[in-house]
Amino acid sequence: MKTNRRSFIKISGAGLGAAAVAGSAINFAHGSIINEAIPDVKVAERTPTYCEICFWKCAGWVTKNDQGDIWKIEGHKDDPHCNGRLCPRGTGGVGMYYDEDRLKTPLIRVEKDGKQVFKQATWAEAFKVVGDKLKQIAKDHGPECVALFTHGSGGKFLGHFMKAYGSPHVTAPSFAQCRGPREVAFYATYGEGVLSPERTDIRNTKCLVLIGSHIGENMHNGQVQEMSQAIDNGATIITVDPRFSTAASKSKHWLPIKPSTDIALLLSWIHVIIKEGWYDKEYVEKYTFGFDQLKAHVEPFTPEWAYGKTTIEPKVIRETAKEMANASPSVIIHPGRHVTWYGDDTQRLRAVAILNALLGSWGRRGGFYNPDKVSIPDFPHPAYPKPKKSYLDMMDGKYSLATEVISNGLCDVTTPAPERDCNIKAWIVNGTNLIHTLPDQKKTLEAIDSLELLVAIDTMPMEITGYADVVLPECTYLERYDAIRNSPHREPVISLRMPATKPKYDSKPDWWIAQQLGFEMGLDEYFQYKDIEEVLDWQLKQVGSSLAEMQKLGVKKMKRAYDDLYIPDGADYQFNTNTGKIELYSTELQNEGFDPMPVFTEHAQPPVGFYRLNYGRTPVHTFSRTSNNPNLVDIMPENDLWVNPRVAKLWGSKNGQYVWLKNQDDIVSQFSIKVRITERIRWDSVYMAHGFGHSNKKLSRAFGKGASDTELISNVKYDPIMGGTGMRENFVTILTEKPETVAAS
Amino acid sequence: MRYAMAIDTKKCVGCSDCVVACQLENNVPIGYCRDWIVETTSGTYPNLELENRSERCHHCANAPCVRCCPTGASHIAEGGVVLVTPDECIGCGACIASCPYDARYPHPDGYVDKCTFCIHKVRKGEDPACVQVCPTNCLYFGDLDDPNSEVSRKIKERKYKRLKTEAGTDPQLYFLI
Amino acid sequence: MEEEIIISGRMNYKVDPGLHIWGWEIAFYLFVGGLAAGLLFFASYYYLQGKEKEFPAAIKWAPMLAPVMLALGLGALFLDLHHKLYFWRLYTNIRLTSPMSWGAWTLMVVTPLSILWSASWVREVFPNWDWKFKFLYDLEAFFIKYRKVMAWIMVFYSVILGIYTGILLSAFNARPLWNTSILGPLFLASGLSAGAAVIISFTKNELERKLFSKIDLVIIGIELFLVIHLFMGLMASTAVQIEAAELFLGGKYTLPFWIFVVFLGMIVPAILEFLELRGQKIPVIIPVALILMGNIMLRFIIVYAGQASRYLY
Ligand SMILES: Nc1nc2c(c(=O)[nH]1)N[C@H]1C(S)=C(S)[C@@H](COP(=O)(O)OP(=O)(O)OC[C@H]3O[C@@H](n4cnc5c(=O)[nH]c(N)nc54)[C@H](O)[C@@H]3O)O[C@H]1N2
Ligand SMILES: Nc1nc2c(c(=O)[nH]1)N[C@H]1C(S)=C(S)[C@@H](COP(=O)(O)OP(=O)(O)OC[C@H]3O[C@@H](n4cnc5c(=O)[nH]c(N)nc54)[C@H](O)[C@@H]3O)O[C@H]1N2
Ligand code: SF4
Ligand code: SF4
Ligand code: SF4
Ligand code: SF4
Ligand code: SF4
Ligand SMILES: [Mo]
Repeated sequence: MKTNRRSFIKISGAGLGAAAVAGSAINFAHGSIINEAIPDVKVAERTPTYCEICFWKCAGWVTKNDQGDIWKIEGHKDDPHCNGRLCPRGTGGVGMYYDEDRLKTPLIRVEKDGKQVFKQATWAEAFKVVGDKLKQIAKDHGPECVALFTHGSGGKFLGHFMKAYGSPHVTAPSFAQCRGPREVAFYATYGEGVLSPERTDIRNTKCLVLIGSHIGENMHNGQVQEMSQAIDNGATIITVDPRFSTAASKSKHWLPIKPSTDIALLLSWIHVIIKEGWYDKEYVEKYTFGFDQLKAHVEPFTPEWAYGKTTIEPKVIRETAKEMANASPSVIIHPGRHVTWYGDDTQRLRAVAILNALLGSWGRRGGFYNPDKVSIPDFPHPAYPKPKKSYLDMMDGKYSLATEVISNGLCDVTTPAPERDCNIKAWIVNGTNLIHTLPDQKKTLEAIDSLELLVAIDTMPMEITGYADVVLPECTYLERYDAIRNSPHREPVISLRMPATKPKYDSKPDWWIAQQLGFEMGLDEYFQYKDIEEVLDWQLKQVGSSLAEMQKLGVKKMKRAYDDLYIPDGADYQFNTNTGKIELYSTELQNEGFDPMPVFTEHAQPPVGFYRLNYGRTPVHTFSRTSNNPNLVDIMPENDLWVNPRVAKLWGSKNGQYVWLKNQDDIVSQFSIKVRITERIRWDSVYMAHGFGHSNKKLSRAFGKGASDTELISNVKYDPIMGGTGMRENFVTILTEKPETVAAS
Repeated sequence: MRYAMAIDTKKCVGCSDCVVACQLENNVPIGYCRDWIVETTSGTYPNLELENRSERCHHCANAPCVRCCPTGASHIAEGGVVLVTPDECIGCGACIASCPYDARYPHPDGYVDKCTFCIHKVRKGEDPACVQVCPTNCLYFGDLDDPNSEVSRKIKERKYKRLKTEAGTDPQLYFLI
Repeated sequence: MEEEIIISGRMNYKVDPGLHIWGWEIAFYLFVGGLAAGLLFFASYYYLQGKEKEFPAAIKWAPMLAPVMLALGLGALFLDLHHKLYFWRLYTNIRLTSPMSWGAWTLMVVTPLSILWSASWVREVFPNWDWKFKFLYDLEAFFIKYRKVMAWIMVFYSVILGIYTGILLSAFNARPLWNTSILGPLFLASGLSAGAAVIISFTKNELERKLFSKIDLVIIGIELFLVIHLFMGLMASTAVQIEAAELFLGGKYTLPFWIFVVFLGMIVPAILEFLELRGQKIPVIIPVALILMGNIMLRFIIVYAGQASRYLY
C-alpha cells in the first residue's frame, strides 16, 4: 500500500459514484412523511436489541410498522440499564439505519491520475488487500506490529481475530481518553474498578456528590434515572462544577469551583472529615490501611487553604462535608467517567476513592454496591499464539499501572523514533473516529502517515475513513447480531441484539468481517462455526438459556451467585490490594515511585484574552457518532459556544453570532461556532459540546456544523501513572472574522 | 373525565427524549415537532436558577383554537383532549394564530397538526409516548377527575404553576415547581 | 441575565422562530375587504339618503370596484389556505365563535350583493350595455325595484365586513398587539377612508369631491385618535403588551409604521386635502394614492407585527 503521504480522501463523487443505492423507506425531505394525525399503525414485528449509540448498552425492542419498515425503538422493561426507557439518542437510533449518507460498499484507496481516490470494491477484493498486507507485516515485523482500535460491540470479534493473528494490541479510547484514571485509582484503593455500568447505588443514596460528572447532560441512562429517583427520595445532591450544569441546577449545593483545583477541595473535605471525626470509625478501622499517614498528610489542607485555591468558601466546604457525613454510609462521591482532565487525574480519583472509604460507602447500601455478572465462555477455539512483545516495551516501562492498553500509547509507538527499533505498522480501526477522539490531532495524523496499512471499519464516512487504505462498511446495530451483552449489575443480566431487518446496501456485521478476515489469513481453526447464531446459541446454552429463548425474551436476569450486594455489617472482607485492605495509603503507587497519597499541584490558568476550553456532553448526541443522524440533528444541528455575558460584552458578541476560535498554539478552528450568551459559564472559560465540526463533506448534515473541541486540544497533560490524556488545559481566544488561515471549505 | 399532564420541572433534565419519542411515535415529519423543551436561566453567575419545561399543547379547557376554527376541524374529544380532524381542516391558520402557546403547526400535508395526548395509545390504556420514554420519569399523565390518578396526586402534593393563565385558556399542563 | 430558550431545536414551519402563519394574502384580504366595505357603505348609505343624483360616483361608479376587490380578496384567502381541497368545509359549517367563519359567510352575502348592486347600475354607467337575454332585463328590473332593500342589507353588511376585518385580528388574544378593542374601529375607519379616497378619484362632481374630502379628513382625524389610543392602551397594559407596542416605538416596525402609515398615509394626504378644500390646485390622485398606500401598509404592518408579538420567549 501507499508509503507516500496519505492524503485525506473525501469519500465522494469519483469514489462512491453509483453506490448511492436507492434510499430508505422514509425520505427525510421536508414533509414527505404522510401523517395521519392519529396513527393506527399495526405493529408487524418486534425484535430485541441493545443500543449501540453509547456504551451504556440499554436493551430495547425494535418495532416495525405494517410496511415492514423500522418504526421505533423502545426500552426493555426488564433491563436494569434502562427500565423500559431509552435516552434521546437511543430513541433516535432509527436515524442511524435510515441515514442515507452511510457507507455502502467496501472501498480501496487507489491512485488515479496522480490523485488518491477510493475505488468501490467487493468484499473479497477488500479482504485480499488487507490479508496480503497483514501477512506481509507479520512476516517482516511480527504480528505485534498491528494494532486494533475499537469501541463498541464489534470489538469482541475483531479482538478475537487480533489475538488469533498474534497481536495483544487491542485498545479502546474508553480507557486513556475516558475512565482509565478512575479504574486505576480504584484498583489502587479497593483492588477493584468502578466498571460499566458504574456500581454506584444512586437510587438508594442519601447524598450524591458529583464532581464534574454532568449527569443529565451525560445521558448514561441508568444513572440519569437513578438520579431522578434520588431527587424524588429527597437525597441531597452536591455538584462541583465550574459550569452551571443541569445537574448543578438540581442540586442543593452547587460549588462553582475554579477549574483544575478539585484535588484541593477533595483534600480539604478529607481534612475536615478527619479533623471533625465525621468519618466512619468502625469501617475505617476494620477495612482501611494507612489512616494515620493520611491524617498527617491532610493536616495542612484546611478549608481556608482550599479557599485560596478553589474559590469555594470555607463555610461551604465544611457544610458540604457535614452533609456527606450525615448521609454516611449512604453517600456517593461519584467517580465520574470521562476523567482525563489535567494529567493528575489518577490522583484526583484516588482522593475520591479515599473520601468514599472514609465515609464507608464502598460496599454499602446507597454507596457502591458489589455487582455480579455471569461468566460466558468463549466459543471453543485453539489457544492464541503468545505475543513476543508489547507496546509497553517500546515505551521503556512507562505507564505500567495501566490496566488496559493505552490508545494514545499505541499511537505514540506508531510514529518512528530513533530511540525505538520497532513501531506499529498497521491499524485496524473499528467504531472509533480517532481523528475526533484522540487529542493532539497533529500527533495522530503523523502516526497515520507512517502506517503501511490503515483499515477503517465504520458505518459512516467519518473523518477516520478518509485516511484509510481500505474502508469496510459495517451494518448498523439494528441490522445485526452481536456478542451477548453481559453486564455487571445488581443482578447478573444478559441481553441479545438481533437483526430487525436485513443490512442495507453492501454492509456487513463485524462478526462476519472478523470471520472472513480469519479465513483470508488462514486462521480457519479459530473460526469454526457456520454463523453467529451457532456461536450465540452455544454460549447461551452454557449459561442456561438459548438463542431461541433470548430472541423471545431479549433480556434475562440471572440469580446472584452470593447474597453479597453489600458488605454485611461488620463482616470480614479481604480486598484485592497488596495489604488486603482499602489502601488510603497506596503501596502500589509508592512501589512505582508515585505519591502514595494525592497532592495538589497548581495548573496553568488562561492568559489574558484567552479562555479555558471546557467541553462536555449534550443529551441528544454521542460524540461524533450521532452528528449526522437525521432524527437527532433535527433536535440539535450544531454545537454552540457558551460565553459569559461579561465576556460577550468585552468582545461585542451577540447571541447567534458565528465566531472562530484560536488556541494557545495558534491552531484555529476549521469551522465557526455560534455564540450562546449565558450565565451558565464562568468568565474565564468557554464551553462547547464535543462531537461537532466535521470536515467530511460526505456527512451531508454534519459537515461544517459547529466547531470541534478536539482540534483545539493540542496541549495534552499525560497522566504519569496510566498514560491518560488530560485535555482540559487548553485556552482559546475568539476570532470574530473568518481567519485567513482557514482554508475555504 | 379530564385528561391532564403534570411535568416535574425539578426532575426534567431537558434531554428532549420526549420530543424524539413523539416524533417517531406520531410520524411527525423531520423538521417539525409537537412538543419542545424550554430552558430558563435566571440570576448572575454563580447565583443561578434553572428550569426545564417539557411543553406541548395544553389541551385548554377553554381552547381559543377550537373557538376560532371556522370548520369544526379543531374539536374537543373525550377527556377534554383537543384534536384536529385533518379532513375537515382547511389550513386557514386561524387556530395557529389563536394559540398563545404556539403549540400548533401547519403540517406539510396541508392540515394543522399538534399534540394529541397520544389518544391512540391512551385509548388502549397506555401512556403517551413522551410520558412512556422520559428517562427521569418526570411526566405524569392521567385523569384529573380521578383523585387517585398520579396526576391528581402530584398536583395535590406539590406546588405547581400553569402557563399564561392570563390568556384565559384554562390550560391542562401543570408544571410542578 | 434572564435567558429563556427552546433547547429542543423547535423550528416548526411558519411558527418558528417567529410566527408567520399569515403573509401578504391575509393583509391584502383585509385591505380589499376594508376598501370594499367602505365603498359599499357609502353607496348604500347615500342611496338611502336619496342622494342618487348628487353622488353618482359614490353610489354607482365606485361600488363597481367592490365585486372585483372582493373576488381578489377571496382569491387571496384561498391562496392562504394550506389545505385548499377542503375549502368547501368553510360553507358546511357556521361557527359563531370563529371570526374566520363570520368572514367567510359575510363575504358570501356581500359579494353577490355587490355584484347585483353594480349590475343594477351598469346600464346607467355604460349606456351601451346590452344584457343580451330578456330574462336578464327582467332580473335587472326586479333588482332595480328592490334597490332600497338591497341598500338596507348592504349598509348593514358593509359595516359588519368593515368591522370584521379588524375583529378578525383582535379576536386572537394570543397576540398581544392584536388583542385590543381599538383594532376593529381602526380598521373600519381606515376602510371607510380608503373607500372615500376611491370615490374622490372617481368623481367628476365638485360637490361630491368636497364632501368626500371632508369625510376623509374627519375619518383620518378619528384614525389618528385611534392610533394614539391604541398605543396608550398597550402601554398601560402588561409587559407583553408593552413589548408589543415597543415594536412600533423604537422596534422593528417603528419606521414603516410612523412614516408610511401615519405620516405619508394619514397626515400628508390630510394636509393636501385640506389645502385642496382651501382652493389649492392639487392633483387629486396624490392624496388618494397616499391614503391607499397607507391603508395597505397598515394592514401589512399590523398583520406582521401582530405575529411578532407574543407571550413567550
Ligand atoms: N448524551 C451523552 N451522554 C454521554 C455521552 C455522550 O456522548 N452523550 N458519552 C458517555 C461517555 S463515553 C462518558 S465517558 C460520559 C462522560 O460524562 P462525565 O463523566 O459526566 O463527563 P465529564 O467530561 O467528566 O464532565 C463534564 C463536566 O465537567 C465539568 N468540568 C470541566 N472542568 C472541570 C473542572 O476542572 N472541575 C470540575 N469539577 N468539573 C469540570 C464541565 O463543566 C462539565 O459539566 O458521558 C457518557 N454519556
Ligand atoms: N476532544 C474530546 N475528545 C474525546 C472526548 C471529549 O469529550 N472531547 N471524550 C472521550 C471519551 S469519554 C470517549 S469514550 C471517546 C469516544 O470516542 P469514539 O468511540 O471514537 O467516539 P465516536 O466519535 O462516537 O466514534 C464512534 C465511531 O464509530 C462509528 N460507529 C458508530 N456505530 C458503529 C457501528 O455500529 N459499527 C462500527 N464499526 N462503527 C460505528 C461512528 O461512525 C464513529 O466513526 O472519545 C474521547 N475523546
Ligand atoms: S444511554 Fe441512551 S444511547 Fe446509551 S445505550 Fe442507553 S439508550 Fe442508547
Ligand atoms: S424526556 Fe423527560 S427529562 Fe427529558 S426533556 Fe422530556 S420531560 Fe424532560
Ligand atoms: S394549547 Fe393551543 S392548541 Fe392546545 S388547546 Fe390550548 S389553544 Fe389550543
Ligand atoms: S387551520 Fe384547520 S383546524 Fe385550524 S382553524 Fe383553520 S380549519 Fe380549523
Ligand atoms: S402526548 Fe403524544 S402527541 Fe403529545 S407530545 Fe406527548 S408524545 Fe407527542
Ligand atoms: Mo467515555
